[in-house]
Amino acid sequence: MRSFGRAIHAEFTKVTTTRLWWILAIVMVAYVALVAGGLTAILGVVGTGSGGGARAPQISDAQRAPLIYSFGSSIGYVFPVLLGALVTTGEFRHKTLTPTFLATPKRGRILVAKLVALFVFGALFGVFAMVGSVGAGSGIMAVFGQDAQLGSSGIWALVARAILAMALWCAVGVGLGALIPSQVAAIVIVLAFTQFVEPILRFASGLTDWSASIGKFLPGSASDALVGSSFYTLSAPSLVALDWWQGALVLAAYAVVAAVLGYFTSWRRDVT
Amino acid sequence: MAEGVTIEFTNVTKRFGSVEAVSDLSFSVEPGQITGFLGPNGAGKTTSLRMLLGLVTPTSGSATFGGTTYRNLSSPLGTVGAALEAASFHPGRTAADHLRVYAQAAGLPRSRVGIVLEQVGLESYGNRRVGGYSLGMRQRLGLAYALLGDPGVLVLDEPINGLDPEGIRWIRLFLRQLAAEGRTVLVSSHLLSEVQQSVDEVVIIAHGKLVHRGTLASLDMVESKQVIVDSPNREGLGWALQAAGYAFRSLRGGVIVDNADATEIGRIAFAAGIPLSSLSQKHAGLEDSFLALVGEEGAL
Repeated sequence: MRSFGRAIHAEFTKVTTTRLWWILAIVMVAYVALVAGGLTAILGVVGTGSGGGARAPQISDAQRAPLIYSFGSSIGYVFPVLLGALVTTGEFRHKTLTPTFLATPKRGRILVAKLVALFVFGALFGVFAMVGSVGAGSGIMAVFGQDAQLGSSGIWALVARAILAMALWCAVGVGLGALIPSQVAAIVIVLAFTQFVEPILRFASGLTDWSASIGKFLPGSASDALVGSSFYTLSAPSLVALDWWQGALVLAAYAVVAAVLGYFTSWRRDVT
Repeated sequence: MAEGVTIEFTNVTKRFGSVEAVSDLSFSVEPGQITGFLGPNGAGKTTSLRMLLGLVTPTSGSATFGGTTYRNLSSPLGTVGAALEAASFHPGRTAADHLRVYAQAAGLPRSRVGIVLEQVGLESYGNRRVGGYSLGMRQRLGLAYALLGDPGVLVLDEPINGLDPEGIRWIRLFLRQLAAEGRTVLVSSHLLSEVQQSVDEVVIIAHGKLVHRGTLASLDMVESKQVIVDSPNREGLGWALQAAGYAFRSLRGGVIVDNADATEIGRIAFAAGIPLSSLSQKHAGLEDSFLALVGEEGAL
């Protein structure tokens, strides 16, 4: 058990001693804040009628804050996935698996330690992302005199669930990195899947009832179900969704299945 | 410092697909001396060392430290220190941070980082990112990693590669000191000349098989089929050798006779009444013996 704690400590130090994590964190916060703040501003302008609000989407005051704040995870989740995947594939790329396995010859222990350490880092990314979306969103809402709902316990529950989602996404990245050790391939797959393939699949699966029952298990759908609000649920309110805890379990299952497959395909292999 | 233990390879075989990289390799390495693990490139040295360290799984056989396989050592870095290649670093991490990560993983005190950096002469470069390191500095950092747990056994793969003459001299003295402290030191190289000044024992492999095991001096004992002979009467000696059917070359230091035995040449000279000023079987020399053992491909 003590050796396990040491492995987690070492995996944590590996992340903090390179520049990757804070570069990703800064880009994520800027991106999330820009989208959350920008969209609040657009909705505000349209809503007050100064932009000719006839065709404005109907967003109630109650819907606005959860929608805007959830951007932290619904668009920011790609950053913890990238962090987890880059940290894991980096071990293959820079051949640091050699000193790692020499210091801790029990390889399964290292993979679990990595999942745990990066889960914590993902939560930290979740906090940063929420600072970005809640900070920018509530600030702009205040400008338009709208209710930012910062006193609502429902909002803070959403923030906590979003942080959990980001933590799970980071663990998914670790599993993915173990499964696809090539760093370039892992980046391409993460970006193509999250930005292109999954949105299309989610849209297409929503067209019929039977496909929607499968589509709700897509990682992005599970994540949105966990957080409880997103622009998807707003644009297609009839979409079937999981309960929030089911969403968390589905996301965790993606991380575990990928890591177990990665363990048997790449992690256990000869290090030459 | 942990006590040096015996490294034991027992019938170790490794097949990659249909290629047998290492075949039925058995030998042991004793503490208190430096053992050179030699063979041409592609002979299976690195694969053997990686099997010893649990990084590559042998197809059959086992390699142990005092009877325990690497994966079952209770304190791996405290028992064995290994430096395998010059490029096992994240280029964006500093040398001190690199060492700190593995000190944490192995439960070693943080103070070890500064100590080993000083031991290898990198104390003023510890806070630099490894990406900017020269090959020689990376070799030293690899050695620092090997020393992190103050182990009784050191396994170093081509540690001299990429070092400048000053660095080579330094590592020779350093290894000598480590062995004198009672540690087991196993050093691989594809060049005998690179290690012949430092090693006590040699293990030579070629094509994945053991071809020679013994002291460094045992390599020199391999005699050639050449005789060096000289006489005040070189002309007469030449006639006698020619009459006996030997091929020879006359050099300034003497006459070299091919495919000959010193006793036989002495008998021929005696029968012809030629006085001899010197007569001896020519030793092959370390390098020639080494090349003869590993075959023609050894010249790579």
